[in-house]
Amino acid sequence: MRRLLSALAVLLALAAPAAAVDPSERLPDPAQEERARAISEELRCLVCQNQSIDASDAQLAKDLRIIVRERIAAGDSDNEVRDFLVARYGEFVLLRPRAHGIGLLLWALPPALLLIAGTGLFIAFRRRPPAAATADSLSADEEAALKALSREEDESPNL
Amino acid sequence: MIVEFGHFALILALAVAVGQSILPIAGFFRRDPALMAVAPRASMMQLLLVALAFAALTYAYLVSDFSLLNVVENSHSEKPLIFKISGVWGNHEGSMLLWALILALFGAAVAAFGGNLPQTLKANVLAVQGWISTAFLAFILTTSNPFLRLAEPPMEGRDLNPVLQDVGLAIHPPLLYLGYVGFSIAFAFAIAALIEGRIDAAWARWVRPWVLGAWIFLTAGIAMGSYWAYYELGWGGFWFWDPVENASLMPWLVGTALLHSAVVMEKREALKVWTVLLAILAFSLSLLGTFLVRSGVLTSVHAFATDPARGVFILAILCLFIGGGLGLFAFRAGTLRQGGLFAPVSREGALVLNNVFLTVAAGVVLFGTLVPLIVSAFGGAISVGAPYFNTVFGPLFGATLLVVPLGPLLAWKRGDLLGALERLWAVFALAALVAVLVAWMKGETHITALFGLGVAVWVLVGAFAELVTRARFREVGLSVGLRRLAGLPRSAFGTALAHAGLGVTLLGIVATSAFQSEAILEMKPGDTATVGAYSVTFDGIRNSSGPNYSESVATMTVREGGVVRFVVEPSRRFYAARQMPTTEAGIRTHGLSQFYVTLGGEGRDSGSVVVRMWDKPLVTLIWLGALVMMAGGTLSLADRRLRVGAPKPARRATVPAE
Repeated sequence: MRRLLSALAVLLALAAPAAAVDPSERLPDPAQEERARAISEELRCLVCQNQSIDASDAQLAKDLRIIVRERIAAGDSDNEVRDFLVARYGEFVLLRPRAHGIGLLLWALPPALLLIAGTGLFIAFRRRPPAAATADSLSADEEAALKALSREEDESPNL
Repeated sequence: MIVEFGHFALILALAVAVGQSILPIAGFFRRDPALMAVAPRASMMQLLLVALAFAALTYAYLVSDFSLLNVVENSHSEKPLIFKISGVWGNHEGSMLLWALILALFGAAVAAFGGNLPQTLKANVLAVQGWISTAFLAFILTTSNPFLRLAEPPMEGRDLNPVLQDVGLAIHPPLLYLGYVGFSIAFAFAIAALIEGRIDAAWARWVRPWVLGAWIFLTAGIAMGSYWAYYELGWGGFWFWDPVENASLMPWLVGTALLHSAVVMEKREALKVWTVLLAILAFSLSLLGTFLVRSGVLTSVHAFATDPARGVFILAILCLFIGGGLGLFAFRAGTLRQGGLFAPVSREGALVLNNVFLTVAAGVVLFGTLVPLIVSAFGGAISVGAPYFNTVFGPLFGATLLVVPLGPLLAWKRGDLLGALERLWAVFALAALVAVLVAWMKGETHITALFGLGVAVWVLVGAFAELVTRARFREVGLSVGLRRLAGLPRSAFGTALAHAGLGVTLLGIVATSAFQSEAILEMKPGDTATVGAYSVTFDGIRNSSGPNYSESVATMTVREGGVVRFVVEPSRRFYAARQMPTTEAGIRTHGLSQFYVTLGGEGRDSGSVVVRMWDKPLVTLIWLGALVMMAGGTLSLADRRLRVGAPKPARRATVPAE
């Protein structure tokens, strides 16, 4: 089955050099059509290489585009349309992974990395003044900073 | 015979590379100058041998020698000359050989121009280059040999993939590889520094031109690839977050960070350890990028696994260099003495912030690119596509861009943030004004687009704030100011241009994404359609043929207000050798904008065709911005201070003391 699918993928890729939607599929209601385009742009053409169904001429992409429009015409919300497709094709169909399982890791990574970097920088800059204090003498600025710091601590002169 | 000669030269090159890997290092540990002196000679010899091998393969392509498997698979006797040449690196084996050639070229350049490098550093750097060379040459000879003969040669070749038969893509890989391999020099310098346990500002000064050069080529390669995808693939998009694109973006991001941290190291002797780490990471990502694109792992993890020889070799190279580099770093980084201190708000601080954002962005792209591969290796399936990357990368890079004009205005060690902001208030006002004006002119506009527009103007104009401040127009008046401006070092102009280029590219991206007009419809000859301010008449279709394809060309006349503006001719081609159809977009540049037409399949009525048309305002700025960035980089590279070995600049009398 897998081999058949990949052979199919190659054939379809060869037959489908160009991209974008087909005028014949359009919904009569422009608001619904706009929703359909927005959803289509975030759904994967499963037999193509990294193409959305909105930008593929493959037969499967066409079928999916029609399904999306049918669901919208039937009154589904955007999320219901996505759920419908995920139930049939799995999470693989979503170009924007959902925030659970490995997807959660994907969404949590950027803020986590920034937080780690921020904390690291904060610690590095906090550690710097004492490091300077071990040098031979303190500059006037450093003296002032040290005083300010020790005042903050507990008004005691020795750190 | 010539082919066998090339094959033999390649084997000899491997032997020389092994010698270059071992002898200079041994010389370093035994304090033996004679052994260390082997390094430059070996580098020169290696360049000669690899160049011979490359020339032999090119010859085989030129004369269409179909007794070579590689030529059969990727060439055709009727292919135009330029694509016969570019066919040499339009495939896995040949592109690996090109990689090795550029590596040898850079190694020889270090040997030739590194006259004033300390002997030990030069020996170690070239030895590390030797390691990389050995790995690549062994990989080529054992698993990806382009010189394999066929016992029964066919009469005709299978031709190069038609979408690759394009001038843009002919020069795209060499540019990209010049960038990737350029970072190998930074890597070699980093490893050499770790081996010696010594690193100083001079080190940064030696490394910086190489990093800058690599960065310029990588920028060119990425921009070229993006423009190629734009006009050749017929989607009208300029960046698809395809793993192949991400593979080149990651080294660019880390390389950009490296470029900036090397400045801090050269000027202030700070961030030494971090700079060394970035040098290792930039090359690691270049290696990863090369292999991601060339190993076939992206098309299918399973195809990769079914050819274990190649796959295992690639994993071994990656583990050895990335793991080895990072391991050596962890083991030896403690021996590098830390340098100058600085306050959080300072030029250094701004550059650290730049580094944080760029490396986090690179990390996010790396993770997003690799996760689908990892999940699929374990039998699952997940997609990480453009919507994810746009959502995550946009804010990260946007935040970086906001700080860009500020950085150069802060002083070293301890900066004055309020003062810098004060100097930029006019730029800020201008950015806000442009956003408001566009909102007023265009009516209903998405807030993200307006914000993006503001940021673009902020970066584009703010980039020149440092020059204006340093020329002191306000204090000394226009004429003295201009003279002061002319006296500023080239690198100051380089910085301004490179930063402005970012603004130009962003302007193009925002304008195209937010304000393009689109029309997708079925047309018959004689029909007229409206796209934005234009009306387009479909005149008809004619058939013609090229050297190795046949095509149908549509003629469309584009009018504005009844007046003919231009004619576009999109076409569909059919390449017989590969039985493969392609679409060629009809693109017409007007001003900085472009009109873009592609042909789709047949429509519902007989004789009608699906036509997709876009008017893309300011779209060319996306790539012109990259050119501006490159110009900035080149100007910096031409700065006297960076030309290692250049005599000390004479004091210029025209420049008043600061």
